[in-house]
Amino acid sequence: MSAPTTERTGGGAVQRGEPILTVRGLEKHFPIKGGGLIKRTVGAVRAVDGVDLDLYPGEVLGLVGESGCGKSTTGRAILNLQPATAGSVVFQGREVVGLSRKQMRPLRRDIQLVFQDPYASLNPRLPVFDIVAEPMIIHGLAKDDTQLRAKVRQLVETVGLNPEHTNRYPAEFSGGQRQRIGIARALALQPKVLVLDEPVSALDVSIQAGVINLLEDLKNELGLSYLFIAHDLSVVRHISDRIAVMYLGRIIEIAERDELFSRPAHPYTQALLSAIPLPDPRRERARQRIIITGDVPSPANPPSGCRFRTRCQKFANVLTEGEREVCMTVDPKLEERGTGHLNACHYAETTSVL
Amino acid sequence: MSTLGTTGPGTSGATAVGASSTGTSTGTLSQAGSRMTSLGGFDPAAPLLQVSDLNVRFPTEDGSVHAVRGVDYALRSGEVLGIVGESGSGKSVTSLAVMGLLPQSARVTGSVKYRGQELLGQSDRSMSRVRGKGVSMIFQDPMTSLDPVYKIGYQIEETLRSHDKSLSSKAAEARAVDLLELVGIPSAKDRVRSYPHEFSGGMRQRVVIAIAMANQPEVIIADEPTTALDVTVQAQIMEVLQTALQETGAAMVLITHDLGVVAGIADRVLVMYAGRPVELGSVEDIYYEPRMPYTLGLLGSLPRVDSTNRERLTPIQGSPPSMVNMPPGCPFAPRCPLHIAECDADEPPLVQVGPAHNAACIRTDEVARAHGRAAEIFNETADDAVLSASALPADLATGDGAREATAPGTPPPSQTEAGAGRSDTGSVVSTANTAPTTGTTNGDRA
Repeated sequence: MSAPTTERTGGGAVQRGEPILTVRGLEKHFPIKGGGLIKRTVGAVRAVDGVDLDLYPGEVLGLVGESGCGKSTTGRAILNLQPATAGSVVFQGREVVGLSRKQMRPLRRDIQLVFQDPYASLNPRLPVFDIVAEPMIIHGLAKDDTQLRAKVRQLVETVGLNPEHTNRYPAEFSGGQRQRIGIARALALQPKVLVLDEPVSALDVSIQAGVINLLEDLKNELGLSYLFIAHDLSVVRHISDRIAVMYLGRIIEIAERDELFSRPAHPYTQALLSAIPLPDPRRERARQRIIITGDVPSPANPPSGCRFRTRCQKFANVLTEGEREVCMTVDPKLEERGTGHLNACHYAETTSVL
Repeated sequence: MSTLGTTGPGTSGATAVGASSTGTSTGTLSQAGSRMTSLGGFDPAAPLLQVSDLNVRFPTEDGSVHAVRGVDYALRSGEVLGIVGESGSGKSVTSLAVMGLLPQSARVTGSVKYRGQELLGQSDRSMSRVRGKGVSMIFQDPMTSLDPVYKIGYQIEETLRSHDKSLSSKAAEARAVDLLELVGIPSAKDRVRSYPHEFSGGMRQRVVIAIAMANQPEVIIADEPTTALDVTVQAQIMEVLQTALQETGAAMVLITHDLGVVAGIADRVLVMYAGRPVELGSVEDIYYEPRMPYTLGLLGSLPRVDSTNRERLTPIQGSPPSMVNMPPGCPFAPRCPLHIAECDADEPPLVQVGPAHNAACIRTDEVARAHGRAAEIFNETADDAVLSASALPADLATGDGAREATAPGTPPPSQTEAGAGRSDTGSVVSTANTAPTTGTTNGDRA
């Protein structure tokens, strides 16, 4: 463990200076329009419904959850790509929510996004040189053509590609190489924070490993902070310092990496961890699995009280009638509950599931 | 258990898996056993499904894409064979060839024998008698493998009645409800009248499994059955698959890129690379004592959710070769850290390296010394120390066998990495289309 990591204690409580990014009460609701001639809003999909996060300089914060939990929307709302419905996002001391596109532009130099699908996120009609150079041209970062060329060359080398190939088009590269191009583009403005939205989930494992190693190197060499959004907990464990678990638009548990994996407290985190198959036949077959039943409820109409109670094994099998009443009526806040880190379960208990 | 033991090592393995991972009663297991011994007139020790020298070629403008290049395997009663490999390795095309589901343009040679009966070259009509009844299939994407305009009850009943014409509609419906209950669909009696769009992805995959097991098949081929699903739903579906195997006593071929899924259920594992099996062995052999560098590399590339130390991953350099006009020699050689000159002479055959353990490599002894630890062999080359400037420009021009090669002649192989499953046929073809027809720096890279 490196020195800065040991300074931190218990989950959210961090003592390593000011956060570079602070998110409070972030909400992103998508309106549901009713039928008829005049479209009226009849409800809202509460994709993100009150998210609090802090990202510290030099840190990798993993944001995990299953499809539809709101993790990608959170990333986009933080970048103001989809304006938040409510809440606050403070980046380097400046409030982001409510800024216009023009006002956002100077901030974008310092916070950049890497997309999931390297086949859709690169313009197929632009050669790689133009793709990587575009942000620098927009922000006027290169004085002349020579300087621009030198910068692109350096970026492309940094991500482990051959600078001779910058006149090629994205279609001529494999998935892993394209993702490296996407990373080079994100780094072009020398940002301080990267929001990585499932950056390796479209890649085969042998290629994925190379991109993960690259991201680790870049972080260490350039002193970046990452908000690393992914559904693959193995990848997240590998790269993150802290991990936040999302369920139905909320963060339900947040802890230091090893703390989360060795002592998960929320029943959902426990089920999620126990569902991951281990590539180790003896251990995999000796495991006891917590199988959660049913599907994720609609974010347009989340359950009352605790959002996870409809699928919670603890709620179904362990709790008494009186305790269930609390789950059904009281919305659990994300707080320290004697488990050493923050979680949102009334009856949180740490247990080992791996 | 004793009767099971006589049917071969694979079978007893399967029993052990079922018992340990799901803790099911021995009642269902012995039921499966009795069914296996009841295969009349068929030697239970002989393989149920025997694939020999299977080759699949797709003609394209740039030449013939040799997607499957000599696959051999035998599936015994009651065993689970995992087939693993990356996108474009030919694992899905292999199973589509077995089912006779490849497009007309595909040229398939070799032999696929189900209970001694040759399946290749049979008419669609006679294949229809085997499909679903003898060999059934579960596809990757439950969103597209059900017909959206028919109620799911009807789709199950159709499967039942196409193999048993005498079945009354009432009996078929009752059986459909039973099947849905078996795969864990709540209030099955009402849900038989639902359409596929009324189900979530996990629920649809349960329906697909119900259809696959409807006629008590002896072989179930599952092609990436959980790839499209979330991890908690994946765990549910794997349980359902275990149930299906116990109920039907079927043997299963499980095709996946997820080494974790295979570890939990398979008895034997076949690793494919560039259209060929490169390693075949028991699940323990493959995970703990791999002998083929590619297998070792795959294991080393996986981040482990159960490891507290943060070791660097050991990626495999480069990308898989194009399947058009493959050069001679081992197809993995350009990416292999143990590559020597002899590797380029001939493609190594699958040779025995242990009891029931085969690997296609001439340097298996070196691989054996790693005992499954990829870092012993796969050192990170200059490529990954991306920021150490000294390592960069010098080896760029030559490729140096490292780097995700953009060398001409090694075209981007994986146009559809995400859709690793059913779309493999398409991906092979589309890869071919982007492949340059000439030019090989391959030679000097190797």
